[in-house]
Amino acid sequence: MRLLRHGLLAGPILGALWALVVATTVAVAMSLFTGDAFRPALAGGLLAGVALGLACLRFGGKQRVLIPLAVALVLLTLGGLAGIGPLEIGEDSAPLAAWTGRVATLGFTGLGLWLILEELRPGALTRHEFEEAVIRFLTGFGYIFFTAIVLIPFYVMVMTSLKNQSELMANPLDFTIDLSRGAELFRSYSELMTEYSFGRYLWTSFYVSVLTVLITLAFAIPGAYAVARLRFRGQALFSRSILLIYMVPMIVLALPIYIAFSMTGLRNTIFGIVLIYPVTTIPVALYMLQGYFRGLPAEIEEAGLMDGLSRLKVIWQITLPLSLPALASVSLYVFMIAWNEFLLAFMLLDDPSKYTLTRGIASLNSSEVPRQHLMAGSVIATVPIMVLFLGLERFMTKGLTAGSVKG
Amino acid sequence: MTDATPPTRTGPLAKREARLAWGLLFPTLAAVSLVVILPLLAVFWISFKPVTLADLRPPTPIVREDIRGDLEAPGDEATLRYRLRNSSQDQPIRGVTLSDAWPDGLEAGELDPACAIADGELSCDFGDWEGGQRVTLRIPVTATETYLAGPPATDSPPAMTGSATNVLTSFDFTAENFVRIFDGDEFWSVLGVTLFYTVFGTLGALIMGLFAAMLLNKSFKGQGILRGLYLFPYVAPVIAVAFAWILLFDPFSGSANALLLQMGVTSQAINFFGERPLALIMVTLFEIWRYFPLSFLFILARMQSIDHDMYEAADMDGASPFQKFWYLSLPQLLGILSVLFLLRFIWTFNKFDDIFLLTGGNAGTRVLTVNVYEQAFALSNIGAGAAVAVVIFCCLLLFSVFFFRVMSREEGL
Repeated sequence: MRLLRHGLLAGPILGALWALVVATTVAVAMSLFTGDAFRPALAGGLLAGVALGLACLRFGGKQRVLIPLAVALVLLTLGGLAGIGPLEIGEDSAPLAAWTGRVATLGFTGLGLWLILEELRPGALTRHEFEEAVIRFLTGFGYIFFTAIVLIPFYVMVMTSLKNQSELMANPLDFTIDLSRGAELFRSYSELMTEYSFGRYLWTSFYVSVLTVLITLAFAIPGAYAVARLRFRGQALFSRSILLIYMVPMIVLALPIYIAFSMTGLRNTIFGIVLIYPVTTIPVALYMLQGYFRGLPAEIEEAGLMDGLSRLKVIWQITLPLSLPALASVSLYVFMIAWNEFLLAFMLLDDPSKYTLTRGIASLNSSEVPRQHLMAGSVIATVPIMVLFLGLERFMTKGLTAGSVKG
Repeated sequence: MTDATPPTRTGPLAKREARLAWGLLFPTLAAVSLVVILPLLAVFWISFKPVTLADLRPPTPIVREDIRGDLEAPGDEATLRYRLRNSSQDQPIRGVTLSDAWPDGLEAGELDPACAIADGELSCDFGDWEGGQRVTLRIPVTATETYLAGPPATDSPPAMTGSATNVLTSFDFTAENFVRIFDGDEFWSVLGVTLFYTVFGTLGALIMGLFAAMLLNKSFKGQGILRGLYLFPYVAPVIAVAFAWILLFDPFSGSANALLLQMGVTSQAINFFGERPLALIMVTLFEIWRYFPLSFLFILARMQSIDHDMYEAADMDGASPFQKFWYLSLPQLLGILSVLFLLRFIWTFNKFDDIFLLTGGNAGTRVLTVNVYEQAFALSNIGAGAAVAVVIFCCLLLFSVFFFRVMSREEGL
């Protein structure tokens, strides 16, 4: 460890690691975008990384811009002319793509190292300086890593839905979209809407989710208020057991519910679904809301009581208007749970005319339905919840954290 | 002056408050007990019963009525036929009876000894039936003028009664379900898979969440966007992302395989969700991928509430970044980390959809929850499924005890 703490050693090592990270990222990104053959090259990557790592060290003065830039340009020409570089590019790739790849790799390697090694001198380093550089490297790696793992599945999902079966089989990496196809691109979507009645599933999912939210709130608000504000025996026990209920696995409950619904004829009805969804969300909604109610100042409510309002009026006229943000978070969270729910819909609904969206997608998972339809269905289910979520992200993050664990 | 002592008994106001509280809680209590407590008790009940999917319909007597021969003119003869059977092949039905409206003016020939015609009504009493029993009644009939004027004999639907013991409600218990699921190596391999999935899924999600939270624990432009982006896997419907993963890692047309081949990592396509140890690792990775956002969110919230002064003091003392993380941040985060670990542990243990969608429990990925489904629906042995559910529930009770110990300490609940 002590040996590593020298600028002339730490710089090239971090540089080499960073160059390999960037080369892999660019190779994957270029492959997925263009479908051409890009791969990271170990030797070229190490060479570029070491060179740039040395160049980016703080030798003092203005060279911190000029030297790395010069080194990067040399490496770029080397890559372009002799083919030695952090990227190995297939023969048949377009020159534009190849050069974009080369420039991006060296550019991001240089820029990254310029930031990572900002404090490093080409001499013995203090522990602080060394760790700072390592942390910057890890941070850069983290951003790339997390963004990649989150985006790639969604990218594949969207792009697959726009292609057709034969294109998919020919080159699974080719996600380029032929824009000249125009409206043809969205054929999977229009087929889903017309032939597979996804419009109806969308509507069913929507109103089931909205009903779930309304029913959940109607049950959870009074309950949460009672647990948070009113004194009664068993209050402490109650606030604990709410969470306990949330820990009962759905599959354990689904079995008797399936039996009961089969016997009473509630299976295959939307009514049965609307009956069962809120119960799965009431405990968590109650828990989130009671956390919020506890945080509200009791004095305002007491003032209301003194002025002659009844408890219920206090809840309606004082507590609820004050907790609108929490209600928004809880509604959003419950909506999300109901919209995404799969297990109960899968077990209880067999009739295609009553499917919710998730059940509809599950029915597309057969060898007779082309893959792009499955992905188009997934996109249809994902987009509304994403739009809702991104639009109300503030409420969402607050709602997710607020009730469960206090900071 | 009189002594001012606090009241020892609950006064009328307190009583009213408590009454109101129970009133407000009643709807929730009723709904939850109906859909959570009752089914839980039902699961315990069913787990001791030899129930299969077919038993969900209790055995009933079934009748078909037809007429052989034409009744067109007075004096025409025909045979009225009732074909009866027990819907169940092995369950008896007790006290089977048949009744049907007997049309006016239809003259019956020789009747079965079990039957009688009185007041325009045919009624038969068959006593008890064995499982799978079939009976055919043939009644020779002769038409008259009055009959021909009215509706034909087959117009009125025959009614049957009979009571059968429903396995679900009888007091017929068996421990066979438990013997069956604990028998053999299968149970232990399922338990092992469950533990692997739960432990590594939970730890992985926690560590990834911690890492992601550290990345975003500083304000910079685009922090909000990145935070929203990192929550995507958790917010998207599980069915959508599960299928996206299946497609991405498809052995024939999957992009991941194509990418690995192109990079020269492997020389032949890998069947990610179909090979034995790999499939389990993949579903665990999926679990980590899908749930790191949740841990990330909680850890970030806690990080942002840590007092900043401490870090400044540490800076003054010359602590290095790793030291600050190890000696300052981590102890502060230990509480939330342990709560998250337990919560996630229990939820991962309960997880069903993810594995069910990705592999269907094949290729060595069958966890306990998937086993419930497998036993109850794929093997249509509901009793065995319920027995597995009971095992799951007992494990959870065990975890909850730990959970509340830690939770009480951390939250002061």
